[in-house]
Amino acid sequence: MADVGMAMSGPRGAKPKRALSPRNIMLYGILIMVCVYYLLPLWVMVMTSLKGMPEVRLGNIFSPPVEITFQPWVKAWSEACTGLNCDGLSRGFWNSVIITVPSVILSIAIASVNGYALINWKFKGSDVFFTILIFGSFIPYQIMLYPIVILLREAGLYGTLWGLVIVHTIFGMPILTLLFRNYFSSIPEELFKAARVDGAGFWGIYFRIMLPMSLPIFVVALILQVTGIWNDFLFGVVYTKPDLYPMTVQLNNIVNSVQGVKEYNVNMAATVLTGLVPLIVYFVSGKLFVRGIAAGAVKG
Amino acid sequence: MGNSIEVKDLTLNFGSVSVLKNMNLDVAEGEFVVLLGPSGCGKSTLLNCLAGLLDITDGQIWIKGNNVTWSEPSERGIGMVFQSYALYPQMTVRGNLSFGLKNAKVPQPEIDKRIARAASILQIEPLLDRKPAALSGGQRQRVAIGRALVRDVDVFLFDEPLSNLDAKLRSELRVEIKRLHNQLGNTMVYVTHDQIEALTLADRIAVMKGGVIQQLAEPLEIYNRPSNLFVAGFIGSPSMNFLKGRTIEGGRAFQFGATRIDLAGYDGGAVLERDDAILGVRPEHITVSTTPVPGPSIPAEVEIDEHLGADSLLWLKAEGANMSVRVPVEGRLPPGTKVHLGLDIPKASLFDVKTEQRI
Repeated sequence: MADVGMAMSGPRGAKPKRALSPRNIMLYGILIMVCVYYLLPLWVMVMTSLKGMPEVRLGNIFSPPVEITFQPWVKAWSEACTGLNCDGLSRGFWNSVIITVPSVILSIAIASVNGYALINWKFKGSDVFFTILIFGSFIPYQIMLYPIVILLREAGLYGTLWGLVIVHTIFGMPILTLLFRNYFSSIPEELFKAARVDGAGFWGIYFRIMLPMSLPIFVVALILQVTGIWNDFLFGVVYTKPDLYPMTVQLNNIVNSVQGVKEYNVNMAATVLTGLVPLIVYFVSGKLFVRGIAAGAVKG
Repeated sequence: MGNSIEVKDLTLNFGSVSVLKNMNLDVAEGEFVVLLGPSGCGKSTLLNCLAGLLDITDGQIWIKGNNVTWSEPSERGIGMVFQSYALYPQMTVRGNLSFGLKNAKVPQPEIDKRIARAASILQIEPLLDRKPAALSGGQRQRVAIGRALVRDVDVFLFDEPLSNLDAKLRSELRVEIKRLHNQLGNTMVYVTHDQIEALTLADRIAVMKGGVIQQLAEPLEIYNRPSNLFVAGFIGSPSMNFLKGRTIEGGRAFQFGATRIDLAGYDGGAVLERDDAILGVRPEHITVSTTPVPGPSIPAEVEIDEHLGADSLLWLKAEGANMSVRVPVEGRLPPGTKVHLGLDIPKASLFDVKTEQRI
């Protein structure tokens, strides 16, 4: 027994850790600095948007509001004027929703089937087709801006929401197809073969085998498309008319309006409102996003 | 009894690469045929062609008297078991088993009946409502076999089904597959690179290399009378001893270094006199003695002595060539011992070096 006592007298169990080691100070110090750096603009925006104009003019942009007012938010949403319309961002918001929802659904639906077909149903020239598709993602948008105007005009879709939806769907195709193709290529081929022996066809395998295994990559595609299409300005301003301008264009028109006093508080509120949708999407699906990006990156 | 599978002049090219060359293979009803060969020999490719998962370049495939060359995999009357199990991860075991039947629009009562039967044969009843992730490797492979079983087909195709399992489980499932075959009497085509699986399971073995069947015969025939040098070297562990020499005296004897080996009793064709010949003898068909034996014997020296438990392997040097001999445990000899080797000529094989064929 004495021996056991001796053996147990030394250090034992988990090694104690100091909270304030140099390593921790460095680590958390840098993290806090980076956080401040990124959060400061947001702080300024939110604080300014909660102040009345007299308080804004004092110029203390970092200080919290003395008197909190939500009037700028209300104005940004429903009263600010752009051109002839004075119904604020709300019109742009609903336009953006009407543009984003079908564009996201359509582009993801087509791209996922593309990726699935390119991996599992190889046809003659499928690799060439894929290469051409990927090449498309390297061409600057500006080159295609005017030709697309003509194409849409000829198709009678110029200046309509559906025209813009089609443009978004096409421009999302290269990167989304790449994303889905790489993800599907990480699903074992034998699974696909087994399903074929089990008598499932092209759509049967896609819906019953591939889709249920691919939730993470669908979330990634969803986030990429929602943020990308929501934040789009160029296509929105080129291919639609003022009635149908998306939120980003509306925001620009409010912030850059030349007549009258610059209402910084309203501008800040409008900007935060516009950025809210992508922000919410990130927060809700952040974990899946990271997992999906990693999963898609394994093979390629 | 008719043939269950007939492969006629099957050719498969990937671009300019020829993978299967003008292959012919008949598998009788209820027969267990093993396709055996090193990786890249085309054995899995042939199986995928049979299953309809690869489009062939030329030739025909008949299953059960139907020309299925252009048929979909599900219409060929086959069930397939894959190396990686290939269970659908999002479905329960029951879902995995019923997936193919639902696709074929089999009525639900019939589905339930078939699943119950397969589950009882494979003893997986308690697992039916689990997901594949909650199963061990052996259980997963049982479910994979079950998926072929419920299809109620005549032909089972196995693509290295045991390669992902550990040694103990592998031998257990091997016996189980054999039992399944005896019980069901289905035609089975089984791909493996493991010769023990091939020798134990097969009614006939097709040894493949380079997209060509080298020999198609019963396991013992393949083991005892390999048709060429490749088959002789591939089957058996440790592999056959190859003694390079020439045949003399009109084919009555074999000259190996300084030793003349009488070929009386050789089981084969006309030996004739050949300048380049190889005498192949399996490690267990050589006797070792420390004193000169009557008749011709090869002088050799023990280099290494390996203890295998049931018996022992002696690695020797004879006339500059390495040889291995299987001896009983009590026959072990320390390295450096000078010995004399006697060969069991009726069980040996002679090969022509130029054609590589058995004489």
